[in-house]
Amino acid sequence: MSTAAQPIEPDEAVCTASDLRVSLRARGVDVVDGVDLVLRPGKIVGLVGESGSGKTTSGTALLGYARTGAAITGGQIIVAGHDVRSMSPGQVRRIRGIDIGYVPQDPSSALNPAIRIGAQLRELLDLHNVGTPAERADAIRTILPEVGLPNTDEFLRRYPHQLSGGQVQRVALAMVFLPRPKVLVLDEPTTGLDVTTQSMVLETLDRLCERFAVAALYVTHDLAVVATIADRVAVMYAGQLIEIGPAAEIFNRPGHPYTRALLNAIPHLHRSFALTGIPGRTPAPGARPSGCRFHDRCAFAIAECAATEPDYADVGPQHHARCIRTGELPAWDPRARAVADTDPQRERDLVLTVQDLNVYYGPAHVVHDVGFDLARREIVALVGESGSGKTTISRCVAGLHDQWDGEVDLGGEELVRSARRRTPEQRKRIQYIFQNPYGSLNPRRTVEQILLRPLELFGVAHGRAARERAAQLLDAVQLGEGALSLRTNRLSGGERQRVAIARALAAEPDILVCDEITSALDVSIQGSITELLNRIKNERSISMLFVTHDLALVRSIADRVLVLQHGRLVEGGLAADVLDRPEQTYTQDLLAHTPTLEHTLE
Amino acid sequence: MSVTSPPAAEQEPQDPVSVPATEASGRSPARAWTRWILRRLGLAVLTLWLVSVIVFIATSAIGDPVRAILGRDFDVSPERVASIRAELHLDEPLPVRYGIWFGNLLQGNPGNSVANGLPVAELIGDKVVNSGFLVLVTALVMVPLSLALAMLSARGRGGPLDNGIQFVTLALAGVPEFVTGILLVALFSTSVFHLLPAVTVLPVGYMPWDRPASLILPVATLVIAVTPYLVRILRSNLIEALDSDYVELARLKGVPEGRILREHALPNTIVPMIQVTALQLAWLVGGVVLIEYLFNYPGIGAALVDAVRNSDFPVVQALSMIIASVYIVVNLIADIASILLTPRARTGMAA
Repeated sequence: MSTAAQPIEPDEAVCTASDLRVSLRARGVDVVDGVDLVLRPGKIVGLVGESGSGKTTSGTALLGYARTGAAITGGQIIVAGHDVRSMSPGQVRRIRGIDIGYVPQDPSSALNPAIRIGAQLRELLDLHNVGTPAERADAIRTILPEVGLPNTDEFLRRYPHQLSGGQVQRVALAMVFLPRPKVLVLDEPTTGLDVTTQSMVLETLDRLCERFAVAALYVTHDLAVVATIADRVAVMYAGQLIEIGPAAEIFNRPGHPYTRALLNAIPHLHRSFALTGIPGRTPAPGARPSGCRFHDRCAFAIAECAATEPDYADVGPQHHARCIRTGELPAWDPRARAVADTDPQRERDLVLTVQDLNVYYGPAHVVHDVGFDLARREIVALVGESGSGKTTISRCVAGLHDQWDGEVDLGGEELVRSARRRTPEQRKRIQYIFQNPYGSLNPRRTVEQILLRPLELFGVAHGRAARERAAQLLDAVQLGEGALSLRTNRLSGGERQRVAIARALAAEPDILVCDEITSALDVSIQGSITELLNRIKNERSISMLFVTHDLALVRSIADRVLVLQHGRLVEGGLAADVLDRPEQTYTQDLLAHTPTLEHTLE
Repeated sequence: MSVTSPPAAEQEPQDPVSVPATEASGRSPARAWTRWILRRLGLAVLTLWLVSVIVFIATSAIGDPVRAILGRDFDVSPERVASIRAELHLDEPLPVRYGIWFGNLLQGNPGNSVANGLPVAELIGDKVVNSGFLVLVTALVMVPLSLALAMLSARGRGGPLDNGIQFVTLALAGVPEFVTGILLVALFSTSVFHLLPAVTVLPVGYMPWDRPASLILPVATLVIAVTPYLVRILRSNLIEALDSDYVELARLKGVPEGRILREHALPNTIVPMIQVTALQLAWLVGGVVLIEYLFNYPGIGAALVDAVRNSDFPVVQALSMIIASVYIVVNLIADIASILLTPRARTGMAA
């Protein structure tokens, strides 16, 4: 605060990157090329992209940094008047932290577990001899309340493991703002945080950026967060910046088919949208197509798209898209894909009833008197923050956790606690899909072996018939038959999750329990999985218990929703009712903190 | 913990900060420590007791001590055999003999040597000190040397220095320590140079530190035997730390590389370092036997070999118990140090 930065004209860029290129040393392949960014004081640019798009690589390149094995090989980077690429490593080190700060993706692993919070905060100030030791201690005591942390000695003596996820992220924010940098790169700083914590962190960040006139680059895959915080949005695909413009412009008049496809994959809180994915998969560095990199997945592609690499075309004021057809695209209506909410008058044919469910982990009582029901061809969402008991309940229903009492009734039969003691028929009727498809599929087996196992175990089909059935299942989850002979390490995250869904379907269940099955996946893949689940529900009359922390996703996928907090049922009912007219304060809070695109829409 | 609180895995500390995390809750750290140490000591005592049983049974099987004492007289004077047997309680059943021996041991009396009748404590006292000194000097050379090599290696990962260190340590790790010892003797004491004494000759009343030159080869052999493992394990620990997110953040904060290695990576590798060092030290205490024999060093190794050859079972028993105790104590100290140096474990003691 007292450290007077040179007065900067509001529109003067403090950080620019032009034609940035980062390559893998060994193969000479570009990870990122042709990225242009301009950061201005007090403004936040959101850099959006899916995994593998090169967004994090571009972000850290602004600090003159590339991961082991990669190097910045082209372009110009100017940070606060320094030409980063012409500086020696020692000089670059001296501007890092001081002129340009970095907030890591997962601060719980990015803070050193062996060093106390106070010492980690002080390190950079000591290193650069900022002020006297007393002034440094003072600066730390002043900044902590700014980010909503106590500035007591007791707190400064703590180690990172003694803080909660939100506190750790605030420490990272305090650390980066301490030396008053002019530029800030934030790498998915709120991923993994609960919505209320996320919204507090975002608020703090927004306030500090404005107050200290910091120019920030906010790297994320979450368009809803970007809509909440960013002034400008840059969209990356396959190592290139494909669209950049003011946030309102991007969300209302997206000029690139990829941006449109991304927006089509995003659920909204207050309107049920039919989510769609993007066909194909993101090309890896080295396998990127010539011409427009998106042409092979683009619905609007013409022959010329494959031949010429498009240059930026103007879409609107300060809004550019790298698409030769941007002028010819149909007008964008964000509400075009809205669908009707579940009809409240619909008849419900109950398949599962849960009453007075109480769950324990050893001596701890974690779920209290929860009751709900699930009808045929219905999706009931269990939502809540971490520790709300949503996954625990779903595990009890599936019989994966057996320390509970209460009544779980499956089509008239009362289920015993543990899946081991249930009848094969009961086990067959409830199938579980796990959150992490990287852990839930055996990497030593081929997809065919994975699918044959439940078919034979539950006596659905044997021999040739089983193999034919496996192929049909793959078709049902939109994977080609070619995948049958592959091991799962050859598949992407979204493809693995499809195999996991196919495996669950193989048992011909009545109920699918889906435990956060899209939270580890990119938005476009989440969109296509949601689309798939809706189709499965309708075609096969399957019911689903859908565990998620994402309230907006509930609107697009679920018929009914149950809101949980600390193991108790807060509120339940039709998804549209609960999300549009929440009765309980807790639900209202959750909704208020959930980032959404809505307010950007005109 | 109250009955209603959720389990640790599901528990998210309250975000609005005022709630102190772990330190203030639960029992007092002092009591937790006392309980932990008492439990570990109890386990250590139990282990030692089991060792004593095994040692006793094993040593009672190494041969007839009476035959060893009497030599040729054994066959000609049955009455002397009987009297010695009675003196050594050899006529009693095994459990009774164990009880007598263990009772004496607890009173600090390991008995008398059957070879020359001297008290065992007097006989091996100096040798234990000599061996202890050898291990101590070895440790003082080995730990800093391994650390320095591992840091050089990790810092220049993939470079010529790292590759050189990796190659040499791998090669040395493959050579048994007695071969190293013989090669060193050949090189420095016999065929090539005549710089260092090949064997240790200590006049009566002299201790090893009075003749430092004679320590060089045994220490060098032990260091060469142990350091390669330490270097390789420390290097991989350091590299793991250097690849971590917190080191990446430190780099992005502009912390110089040397400081990252010393202040960010090293503190997180100290604990595995202590554990590996403790294992190696414990191995050394047993491993010196061979090396001492090779260099004729007057330590427990030579004493143990002699005692086994003479069926001098009280000496074998006493030395085995000493080696076992060192093993257990070193590991206990390493565990305490590990907890003290791991913030999560240390603060966890109170939770």
